[in-house]
Amino acid sequence: MAEMKTAAYICKGCELGSRLDAASLVKIATKEGKMNLVREHDFLCSADGVALIKNDIDNEGVTHVAICACSRRAKTEAFNFPANAVSRGNLREGVIWIRPDTDAARETTQEMAEDYVRMACAEVKAMKVPEGNQNTGGVKTLLVVGGGISGMTAALEASKAGYKVVLVEKTGALGGMTAKLYKRIPTREPFKAPEDNGIADLVAQIEADANIKVYLNATLAKTSGAPGRFKVEIAVESGSVATEDVGAIVQATGFTPYDMNKLPHLGGGQANVVDQAGLEALAKAANGGPIKRADGKEVKSVVFVQCAGQRDTSGEHLQYCSGHCCNTSIKQAMYFKDSNPDIDTVVLFTDLRTPGNGEDFYRSAQNKGVIFSKGVVSNVSANGGGCKVKFKDLILNEETETDADLVVLATGMVPTSGPDLDALSEATRAAEGGDEAAKEQVVQMKSKSVLNLDYRQGPDIPQFKHGFNDSHFICFPYETRRTAMYAAGPVRRPMDTVQAVEDATGAAMKAIQAMENAGLGKAAHPRAGDLSFPTARLEGCTQCKRCTVECPFGAIDEDEKRFPLFNESRCRRCGTCMGACPVRVISFENYSVNTVGAQIKAVDIPDEFSEKPRVLILACENDAYPALDMAGMNRYEYDAFVRVIPVRCLGSVNTIWITDALNSGYDGVMLMGCKHGEEYQCHFVKGSELGRYRMSKVYDTLKGMNLEEERLMDLEVAITDIETLPKKINDYAAKIVAMGASPFKGL
Amino acid sequence: MARKEYAFYPGCSSQKGASASNYLSSVESMCKTLDIKMTEIPDWNCCGASVSYAEAGELPRHVMNARNFALAEQNLPGQDIVATCAACWLGARESKERLEHSNVLMADTQEALKEAGLNIKVIPEVRHMVEVLIEDLGYDELKKPVKKPLDGMKFAGYVGCQTNRPFGIHGESFENPMYLDKLVESVGAEPTQFDQKVTCCGGALAFSEPDKAQAQIKDIIEAAYDSGAEMLVTPCPLCQANTEVYQGQINKKYGTKFNMPVLYYSQLMTLAYGGSAKEAGLDGNVIRARKLEEFAAK
Amino acid sequence: MSDMNQQMTARYKNNFLKEIEEQAEMGDWVKMCMQCGVCSGSCPTNFHGGWDHPPQELFMMIRAGKRDEVLSSNSMWQCVSCYNCYVRCPRKVPITHVMHGLAEYAYRLGKAPKGQPTQHLSKTFWDNATKYGRVNEVKLTQSLYFKDGIGSGIKKALEMQSMALGLVKAKRLNPMEAVGGGHKCKDLKGIHAMLAKARELEAKRKGRQPA
Repeated sequence: MAEMKTAAYICKGCELGSRLDAASLVKIATKEGKMNLVREHDFLCSADGVALIKNDIDNEGVTHVAICACSRRAKTEAFNFPANAVSRGNLREGVIWIRPDTDAARETTQEMAEDYVRMACAEVKAMKVPEGNQNTGGVKTLLVVGGGISGMTAALEASKAGYKVVLVEKTGALGGMTAKLYKRIPTREPFKAPEDNGIADLVAQIEADANIKVYLNATLAKTSGAPGRFKVEIAVESGSVATEDVGAIVQATGFTPYDMNKLPHLGGGQANVVDQAGLEALAKAANGGPIKRADGKEVKSVVFVQCAGQRDTSGEHLQYCSGHCCNTSIKQAMYFKDSNPDIDTVVLFTDLRTPGNGEDFYRSAQNKGVIFSKGVVSNVSANGGGCKVKFKDLILNEETETDADLVVLATGMVPTSGPDLDALSEATRAAEGGDEAAKEQVVQMKSKSVLNLDYRQGPDIPQFKHGFNDSHFICFPYETRRTAMYAAGPVRRPMDTVQAVEDATGAAMKAIQAMENAGLGKAAHPRAGDLSFPTARLEGCTQCKRCTVECPFGAIDEDEKRFPLFNESRCRRCGTCMGACPVRVISFENYSVNTVGAQIKAVDIPDEFSEKPRVLILACENDAYPALDMAGMNRYEYDAFVRVIPVRCLGSVNTIWITDALNSGYDGVMLMGCKHGEEYQCHFVKGSELGRYRMSKVYDTLKGMNLEEERLMDLEVAITDIETLPKKINDYAAKIVAMGASPFKGL
Repeated sequence: MARKEYAFYPGCSSQKGASASNYLSSVESMCKTLDIKMTEIPDWNCCGASVSYAEAGELPRHVMNARNFALAEQNLPGQDIVATCAACWLGARESKERLEHSNVLMADTQEALKEAGLNIKVIPEVRHMVEVLIEDLGYDELKKPVKKPLDGMKFAGYVGCQTNRPFGIHGESFENPMYLDKLVESVGAEPTQFDQKVTCCGGALAFSEPDKAQAQIKDIIEAAYDSGAEMLVTPCPLCQANTEVYQGQINKKYGTKFNMPVLYYSQLMTLAYGGSAKEAGLDGNVIRARKLEEFAAK
Repeated sequence: MSDMNQQMTARYKNNFLKEIEEQAEMGDWVKMCMQCGVCSGSCPTNFHGGWDHPPQELFMMIRAGKRDEVLSSNSMWQCVSCYNCYVRCPRKVPITHVMHGLAEYAYRLGKAPKGQPTQHLSKTFWDNATKYGRVNEVKLTQSLYFKDGIGSGIKKALEMQSMALGLVKAKRLNPMEAVGGGHKCKDLKGIHAMLAKARELEAKRKGRQPA
């Protein structure tokens, strides 16, 4: 790369020119920012303005560009210079839109703008132009694990988009659970009657598709590599092993019904009690005729027990709702009513949950004469030739009972998600300590592995709640905590076939994007397209392993000398490793301890007599920073004493930034990150949690510096906190003013 | 020729000497000003009201209304039926809807009508007087003839049930209909923020279970006072009667001092159009509306 | 037990839901209730207490086959026809009409609570309205007051005296109607024949023995 030449551009559009003293900003960029070239423009994002920058890059040799205009989240297409290092000074959303246009406010508003110009200049000088990851793989074949409705849909969708697919199914036939359904919950208008399960058609499409290679009776013996260059070993029935190169993985391994033998009080295990899968088998055998029990007796009365072993608060059974079972029971009740309207069909429920268009389906069942009673079943026992169902009627508030030829238990979905990695690593540790039982347990757990990943973090995708392979249910469905691996269908969360089809389509699209990005050396979501990647200055590394352990995505292995070994394509660029490193040897070309540190140092700190405190805000770029931008768009005002620096994640915040800031005279530091813990909203799963854990250590440092604990504040922010955030900032700033100036000023 | 013509269905309570006779006189005066011609359906009969459900059964109720449809169609062809009473409107409209949606009911109805020498071809539209005012004329037209705006007078607009549910006035919400407030505004008066505007007055239970109905009426009057209203205004004869005539008994029972006049919207409009107290039917108010009587005399 | 009750019990055996679907006006809507309880929360009479069962509970009882309890319930007789439940029901069950239908059916079967005042009002009102084609308010009031006998009637009339006097003074109650005056339809013969036919057709359609 050519020698560094810096340029700053001061925009005067969007009232920046009238609200701010642009000449003074130019002076600051020149003298303090020490930019080689400084220009102002009336409308920088216009074709003319962009051409000005482009011309400087092409003809003046400018390599580093500081754009002092609007937020880095705005005008990204206009200010897109991929071959250059670019920083953004947020004068619009960050300054003039959050400050009143009054004479009284003019001075502090200008000071704010000047600091953001200083920061943009300092940041860009500390950046390098990302050169992209050279260690890429260009395989564009998708591996789909599981041949049920989700897996087949993912395979077909990827094929339709022009990608080759390897489909691995552990049984001898495609179709999965859906193939075992007599009919499925309706998927189209008017949502009134069960419809064909659709599997035959899907299988025919797969078989006719030259892009899709199917392995039946096959499992994954080993999966190694990284996005764009996975190598999978497929064990087939004959005992031989096939090898395939794939670029991304969709795991659609489905579910098994919760074992009804664990529900003896509801009749699990009795002759005339079946689960929903059992009823499907009976209905399939009847094929539209009278449904008969295993003993051949025609069923004249049937009771469906909802939430059997689900939504359990005792901790004994499934705690969650499986989502599909109400609609499934409605459908199964219709099997009976459609074959003979005189069959007594009763559904006992506590809450009837019918997602999608299930409400219409529910109504249709009521129209057909299915009786829905709100009640809790306490006992199912054999009674003569059938069953006696005891329940509490919750509407009539009485204990009552009813007889039925057959009882159907709506048990829930148990995901086929492989071993729980935390439990596995605990067992492994115990086994390494010589515990024989643990050794047996490890073998047993590993035998359940689906992917058999060759990752130091374990053989499968980490589980979220209740054993499902999910990672971020709100912002990124289908994402898992392994890059280029996506979960679809009931292995991700409980769902019905309609949702599974949607899930599979989404996961296939995500997987395609991941393969394409991996091939270009770019990051996958949420920093899709980012060319930077972490590197470590190994001569300074103490081999503490924090980075390898804390990476939420299993991107960092250890090499044979126990140094961190980055699998760049697995990396999501969150910077958690950078925040973790106690000796600060990990950095990105465009994001480092330096790029943020330089901004912190660039801010002008007025002396203690000025009564102008400075509060540093480190704001998560995914939620808090957009929330601040939107506060600006809504013209919600906040304090002029704050200076905001976006960070990739709280997990990337290195404690040195906090201590440096406080040492250099900032009066307070505010951290804004996403919710962590069980209901986390962190885009990098563990980032905000780890960041907060580290920050808790900083409080000791504060004590050591003789500073009040309140000088550091940790705030949980969601992207929707647009209205409340300015108030929280103001309250904190007021608190800092009341506390008085930091004793470190001017030192 | 008048600018609008309708087949008028006054209903039992709006007859001479009946409980809503002053409603009728004010409607007549109001329509005269607005150049609306209302021709009474010859030999019309009772709609059956809601409370007859147990004795009447289904078909006899519809047949009663069907007779009025047939008479209107035969004698006043092409004219919409307009009712002033909420219950008449509801009962007739309900029968129209049921008959139009059920071939069986319609066939039975025709067979019964034959006994009275009648027959239905097309059931006319069944509308409430309020619909005529706000849909066929519009608030602006209603404002035009105002000679004496009711400046500074505060009314709680008591919509009640049956002009509001289940059919209601088109475009209004069941929970907070605004048309009555707008009518109050169009005569220059001020509608108050009245939170019981769609609460039931007890309906027919005022006769059969007076204690229960009066408890409801008490809440309504109390809320009207709380809203700062001087008077109540309503579009429904039963609402009017129930909220007006039981105030004395409620006072005895609960120790309240209610004395709030209850008016029809048509009375306010008649007065604003310059009508006399008599034309507005103020003499028919059991709780005299002194303020309006003085206003009319000015 | 009335003849009709015996007849219906025999016809529907234990299927009370079916009985209500076929016999009560709008009864085929009962099965559509989803037990949300919005009707109960919307009913103005709910707040007085005194009803046996809220609407959605009645519907559940019908499904559970509690025939005697439903038909003898006082609940449906509390209905003030305000249509609040009707417009709020998320399932669009015409609850007001279902209530009326249940009441009517219970009344026909002779199962409705004896001496229920609204039941008496319903009969009195309809008889009054159909006798002359239009309501005679004075006679209606009189027959309501004297339903429990002369003594009680006089007491009630006295209680209501000031109210009635107010109406008379305001020319909204005409005492002359009590003695032969009052409004009448002209074609009374036609009306009575028409109603007789309607009753006959309704009984036929519902498979009830003609009254």
